[in-house]
Amino acid sequence: MASELRFLLNDTEICLTDAAGSDTLLDFIRLKRQLYGTKEGCAEGDCGACTVLVGRLLDGRLRYEPINACIRFLASCHGCHVVTIEHLRGQDGRLHPVQQAMVDHHGSQCGFCTPGFVMSLYGLWMTNPDPSVVEIENALQGNLCRCTGYEPIVKAALAAAKAGGQAMDALALERDRVTEWARAIPAARVESQRDGDRAILPADSADLAAALAENPGATIVAGATDVGLWVTKMMRNISPTIFIGHLPELKQVRQDEDGFTIGATVTYSEFEPVIAQHYPQVLDYWQRIGGWQVRNAGTIGGNIANGSPIGETPPLLIALGGSVTLRSTQGIRRVALQDFFIEYGKQDRRKDEFVEAVHIPLPGQDRIAAYKVSKRMHSDITATAAAFRIATKGGTITGARIAFGGMDAIPRRAQGAEAALLGQPFAAASFEAAAIAAESDFRPLSDWRASADYRRKLAGNLIRRFWLEQAGETHRLSRAV
Amino acid sequence: MKQDSQIKGAPHSSIRHDSAEKHVTGRAEYTDDLLELVGTLHACLGLSQVAHGRITAMDLSAVRAAPGVVWVMTAEDIPGENDISPNGLHDEPILAPGLVQFHGQPVFAVVAETRDKARRAAALARIDYEELPHALDPIAARDAGMGYVTAPLTLRRGDAAQGLEKSPNRIGARMTVGGQDHFYLEGQIAMAIPAEDEDVVIHVSTQHPTEVQHMVAHALGTAANAVVVNVRRMGGGFGGKETQMNLFACVAAIAAKKLGRAVKLRPDRDDDMTATGKRHDFVIDYDLGFDDNGKILAVRGDFYARCGFSSDLSGPVTDRALFHADNAYFYPDVELHSHPMKTNTVSNTAFRGFGGPQGVIAAERFVEEIAYALGRDPLEIRKANLYENGQLTPYHQEVEDQILPRIFAELEESADYHARRRAVLDWNARGSTIRKGIALTPVKFGISFTATWFNQAGALVHIYNDGSIHLNHGGTEMGQGLNTKVAQVVAEALGVSIDRIKITKTTTEKVPNTSATAASSGTDLNGMAALDACQQLVQRLTAFAAQEKGVPPELVEIGETVQIGDERISFQDFVRTAYLARIQLSAAGFYKTPKIHWNRETGRGRPFYYYAYGAACSEVSVDTLTGEYVIERADVIHDVGRSLNPALDKGQVEGAFVQGAGWLTSEELWWDDKGRLRTHAPSTYKIPLASDRPKIFNVRLADWSINREATIKRSKAVGEPPFMLGISVFEALGHAVASFDDYRTCPRLDAPATPERVLTAIERLRR
Repeated sequence: MASELRFLLNDTEICLTDAAGSDTLLDFIRLKRQLYGTKEGCAEGDCGACTVLVGRLLDGRLRYEPINACIRFLASCHGCHVVTIEHLRGQDGRLHPVQQAMVDHHGSQCGFCTPGFVMSLYGLWMTNPDPSVVEIENALQGNLCRCTGYEPIVKAALAAAKAGGQAMDALALERDRVTEWARAIPAARVESQRDGDRAILPADSADLAAALAENPGATIVAGATDVGLWVTKMMRNISPTIFIGHLPELKQVRQDEDGFTIGATVTYSEFEPVIAQHYPQVLDYWQRIGGWQVRNAGTIGGNIANGSPIGETPPLLIALGGSVTLRSTQGIRRVALQDFFIEYGKQDRRKDEFVEAVHIPLPGQDRIAAYKVSKRMHSDITATAAAFRIATKGGTITGARIAFGGMDAIPRRAQGAEAALLGQPFAAASFEAAAIAAESDFRPLSDWRASADYRRKLAGNLIRRFWLEQAGETHRLSRAV
Repeated sequence: MKQDSQIKGAPHSSIRHDSAEKHVTGRAEYTDDLLELVGTLHACLGLSQVAHGRITAMDLSAVRAAPGVVWVMTAEDIPGENDISPNGLHDEPILAPGLVQFHGQPVFAVVAETRDKARRAAALARIDYEELPHALDPIAARDAGMGYVTAPLTLRRGDAAQGLEKSPNRIGARMTVGGQDHFYLEGQIAMAIPAEDEDVVIHVSTQHPTEVQHMVAHALGTAANAVVVNVRRMGGGFGGKETQMNLFACVAAIAAKKLGRAVKLRPDRDDDMTATGKRHDFVIDYDLGFDDNGKILAVRGDFYARCGFSSDLSGPVTDRALFHADNAYFYPDVELHSHPMKTNTVSNTAFRGFGGPQGVIAAERFVEEIAYALGRDPLEIRKANLYENGQLTPYHQEVEDQILPRIFAELEESADYHARRRAVLDWNARGSTIRKGIALTPVKFGISFTATWFNQAGALVHIYNDGSIHLNHGGTEMGQGLNTKVAQVVAEALGVSIDRIKITKTTTEKVPNTSATAASSGTDLNGMAALDACQQLVQRLTAFAAQEKGVPPELVEIGETVQIGDERISFQDFVRTAYLARIQLSAAGFYKTPKIHWNRETGRGRPFYYYAYGAACSEVSVDTLTGEYVIERADVIHDVGRSLNPALDKGQVEGAFVQGAGWLTSEELWWDDKGRLRTHAPSTYKIPLASDRPKIFNVRLADWSINREATIKRSKAVGEPPFMLGISVFEALGHAVASFDDYRTCPRLDAPATPERVLTAIERLRR
């Protein structure tokens, strides 16, 4: 058993034997390595001032993505290349094209958010040499700036794309060397601890089941976009922590005739191309999950396993008819997602089980849609979300699955609304009846995101919107110019 | 100086922010990036868990016993005064001495070996309270008889009661306007380093180093000369670091002196947002009289503000709300009252605009009321009521520099307002689910601190004998580019390249008795003070050159190449010569704003040196099923006089617009019934993102405008005025909502117009 955490930080290989499970990458960068370019703005993954790139192998290829260092656990960087603002440079000691564009367009004022913006824009520049304004906005969903109003930053992103130079970029030039380094990391269990705060990185999913059997009740961490806050905000003791984000088996995406079976640690970003190709109706919904950094870290399995009533994927996957595979040393079982959520904070998962895979059916000929309403369009937590899968035959509704988030202590289906549709004509009056029924399907709470009245009103109106869109009578708000 | 155009970085040129390269490479140092001294300790505040109550028992034994804890500090441990009230009312303790007055008020501080240990220890406190009744909003506070935190103000001109009585049309209603968190990206932070005797050095993120100096001195029970306060730059301020840093600086300083070790206090974002003040929420009751042509005849307004538990800056903030309750419009008969209500919430404070925006939005509500009542385009009502030069404001200052008619004319054309309004009306007439709205609104903003004595500044310019120049002034850099602009002034005044000038941290050691960098005044005041210093240097150097070479002073020109009669000599060589001749190469400059005076008792005077103007036209689309919206386009023309740096000024205008739009749309402060602020982090408090800015955003400076007053290079202040351009978005949302009733009813949106409020307003107007 190896017990050394290894990763690259810019040009330096870091080997640690005393990393605690709850150590964050940001604290390590700033407090242990005195790299002060990466800033802490919120310590909850919402402002992006701490954005760094993390490069890791995915299907044998090195992939760099911006993530929030504040809620990334240090131990989960095993085998990764962490790139901070200090590593960014242009040729011959000049500024990098992204940095130069930011300077030329007056993209910084107070400058505190700027390194984070530069890193997000660097991640975009690297992967999308010709981004549209909307793609730039999507890449910046996880970065807050309070000074500039963003206009000069978007202009800088466009200018950086024009400047080009990707082939000669430092990370491109060292790609082979880093890839080789990462491939040489053995697939062996790694354990590390300090003062009893333990981190366990299983060797593979069998070892994960074993680790869970050895440590029932351990905290399973994939992307840490939620668990990170348990530490930074609630100061909870999460030890022992079992990290699973590095396991290749849990990253598999397989398609069969029914749909997709995906490993539990497939991130929102990794799955986005599948959404774009096979579920284009919900791409907009998908891109409203967190900010880019969160989508690069957060996992679909985690979004489900964590059981939040306001996660984005459960309503969608319940409506589609999805299910999860749970695994333990005792074996595996499959649970329909609509039955997985029992009550607030309680799911149908034993302490020795982990979510191994998620099954997502294809819609076939059915009509699907997913909507989210929140105070701010992007990178906000759901006030109310609705997802639809409606089957019709000859003008009659033969199947209706409508699931809501934010309306109850768990994400769940709207039985009254579904009943109002089944067997009815696929017509405005049916959906109006369903909209009215939906308002009494739920008794939502009032909180800072929305009042109960507003949520109830939305439940009906999102059903009305579904019909209007099916009827081609309306369009949604758009950021495209 | 004839060399103007050749000088690198001369005024009116769009040079980049002096720290731009440091920003993009991560090398710009903020307070938390300074290297820590060996043995540096970290503090964390313990916050009250009730909104109003007496502490009956405080058990901090578990806190003291927690790993790494060095000291736990309560009110009794403060050696000097337990007070950080910035106005002498002594109503704001550093640590609550037994009575807590808002949920989240600091009660104790724990100092530990690491920040993490301090935070974990703070959570172990056990404090018992005898809870007392609390009032959270200003109307509840009024009804509960909470009283004022500071003396209210009345502005009166003419006879409002009579004017209202005589008006053919009258409308009375209420408007609620939410507050706003600053959400500076760099949170509050202070690091105190103890030194010999009574001395302490503080590195702190602040807009007001002098105030930190005085507060720390009071808290330590020592004199101001024992305290040095330094700030190189802030990661944003927006008014939130004008007084709110005092708490952190005082706790760090007391602990550092007590323990003999450096102490840093950087609260977590949640504690920062919970324990520091914000923009004041207002409830405005108004009574409005107007004629059938839409001319305003009389206005009566009561402005109730949520001030929080202490006065802080609420007096001048609520005063400024009244000063701007006319926005750009003449009110023949007017009577305005401020009600700075005491509430059991955090003490509200300065925020860009300083109460002005809350006044301006009321004036724009009056315009809407009239327009919808008369079935007119609100723009016509705006134009009909614009000040004409010579008219008096409600505080009896004569308007002399009105330029809005030209700004309106240019904006109507460049934004194609009339055709687009027609298109919006046509679109809405189709009854689509998506509705549109458009509005063009002005801003007129008074420039000067209304506390006249704050309108002074100092600067210190050294020329070293190698020809390099060191520039220091009393202003602070928070991203606005103040240091760059002042350096531009110095470059021109000395005729040298800006590359020669080293911009240095603001410190109370170099320029004493400074005012806050606030009220948009930074460049006006410090630019003039630096110019004064440079003029002294130029005068001295010119006299020296003339005497040395026996030429009349008119034939001497100081610059990169110094011209003395027919002789030319490089700046370095000339400075070296002057040094050897024992010419003083350092000068302290000073400036005080002329002409201004203000008598608060009579409500009369000239509180403002001049006004800055601007206008914005915004168009929005609204999803009428959810209340969500996008800003389709915004066009802005804004007046900064003769801009010192058009690129930096444009950046201020764009940023202010988006911040102003955020205040009125997605940024909502939400307290629960226990008085807990539940929107205390970016996960719950939503400032605009890149995808919230206008899809098309055309911002222009009124490049023809020249300040008629003799300000620095005839420029105008820019920090705050464009914040109010965001009101055009709010008015456009109202316009879209009003379409549900064919524009017959004033939509009366309350702010912030979250999607929920927009949908609620739509439901109200839907048949």
